[in-house]
Amino acid sequence: MGGYGDVQMIDENGIRVDGRTAGEIRPVSINAGIIPVADGSAEVIWGTNHVIAAVYGPMEAHPRKIQKQDRAVLDVRYNMAPFSTTDRIRPGFNRRSREISKVTAEALESVVLTELYPRSKIRVEIEVITAEAGTRCAGITAASVALADAGIPMTDMVISVASGKINGVVVCDLNKEEDNYGEADLPMGVCANSGELVFLQMDGDLSPEEFQIAWDYNMEAIAPVHEMMIDALKRSNGGDE
Amino acid sequence: MSDQNARGGRDGRGTRLVTPGASLGASEGRRIGHGVVENEGQLIAVKLGALIENEEEVSVIPSHTRYTPRPGDLVIGVVEAVQSNLWFLDINAPFNALLPMSLGPGKAEFGGARNVLNVGNTVLCRIQEVDETHSSVVTMKGLGLRRIDSGIVEAIPPHLMQSLFSDSNVLKSLKSSTDCRIILADNGRMWVDGDSKSMSNVISKLEQIRAMSRDFSSLESMVEILQTEVY
Repeated sequence: MGGYGDVQMIDENGIRVDGRTAGEIRPVSINAGIIPVADGSAEVIWGTNHVIAAVYGPMEAHPRKIQKQDRAVLDVRYNMAPFSTTDRIRPGFNRRSREISKVTAEALESVVLTELYPRSKIRVEIEVITAEAGTRCAGITAASVALADAGIPMTDMVISVASGKINGVVVCDLNKEEDNYGEADLPMGVCANSGELVFLQMDGDLSPEEFQIAWDYNMEAIAPVHEMMIDALKRSNGGDE
Repeated sequence: MSDQNARGGRDGRGTRLVTPGASLGASEGRRIGHGVVENEGQLIAVKLGALIENEEEVSVIPSHTRYTPRPGDLVIGVVEAVQSNLWFLDINAPFNALLPMSLGPGKAEFGGARNVLNVGNTVLCRIQEVDETHSSVVTMKGLGLRRIDSGIVEAIPPHLMQSLFSDSNVLKSLKSSTDCRIILADNGRMWVDGDSKSMSNVISKLEQIRAMSRDFSSLESMVEILQTEVY
């Protein structure tokens, strides 16, 4: 991440290229139960990002060597569709998708009561239809809603948001230009109710003060997204509150 | 307790839907039911579903769940694999159940299991035992347990079994209104046998139930569909 030279991505009034203020997130919309054949599913539209997650299981873990005798394994597969970005993405796993699948599984394992399903597998498929920066965050959020929709027991729901730095200013929820040419990125996964941190990555450099601002922005963004997740689950399950 | 109260608020009216992680208040003096855990004196919902609260217990009826086998459950299984002395049955649970030759139907010689039950056959059996890793053994030794050679097997979401059929009159009126022989298994499967018109009536009713299965507010409508007379 080397900065973007002279291009101004935030003006002197703190307004970014897409008109947002520093602490503002992109418009978010969440829907649950969108794939009838899946045990649970969800769709997250976060800015221009469009991510779909589907959950299948618990089911017998195959091959047998992946079985854990005392708990279930979360088999997460994050994938970007070849048409999700302007440059065609070669179909199949790559280094980045493996990494995101791994960190997503680890974030979700913190809340899923895997010990209730020994030797089983819970399959989580995350498919990015349109990508515009922040797909891992949208993927984790979608997977969390899909797991709840599938009736998988969880102690909490995980929400993921990223903040970063552009032109020396810390901002919340980077868009594509800010992500590509910004100076730092700090995606975080937080349990909605307990506030526990289950996932954190950092790309670029942030001073301790900037890190604190980014942290605060992420924490502030959790509550409204959590409300949307609950609303989506209630809409798809006939809740009256 | 009246029948309405016995359902414990599962009729959809005033049902409060809770999501995983939702705080359900202090745990003191309250018994922890299904779908609820205790953490530092607070009750927390761990499943998406309808909150059921009465004087002594707090529980969550999940909006979606897989069947979990329990000893004594009547289940409908489909043979998925055969070995020399046992069969593997799909019982709609995370794991296949084992049907050892000693608990199978009739007499089969070692190596001749395939002659008695083959892949794709459907059987009515009972859960004999379940171990701590959820593996189960089923038996076909018992009254009425047999291979199913006629009719069809339909699916019902397992989480609705209790809510829909806790009142035995619902199943009775379904049988009488459709003029079908019906066996309701605990693993979310139903065997239906009758003439083709009667069976298609049951299938269309169950299709409607499956379409509404996630909506807790329509439990009353689902019971109504099952009890409605077909002309």
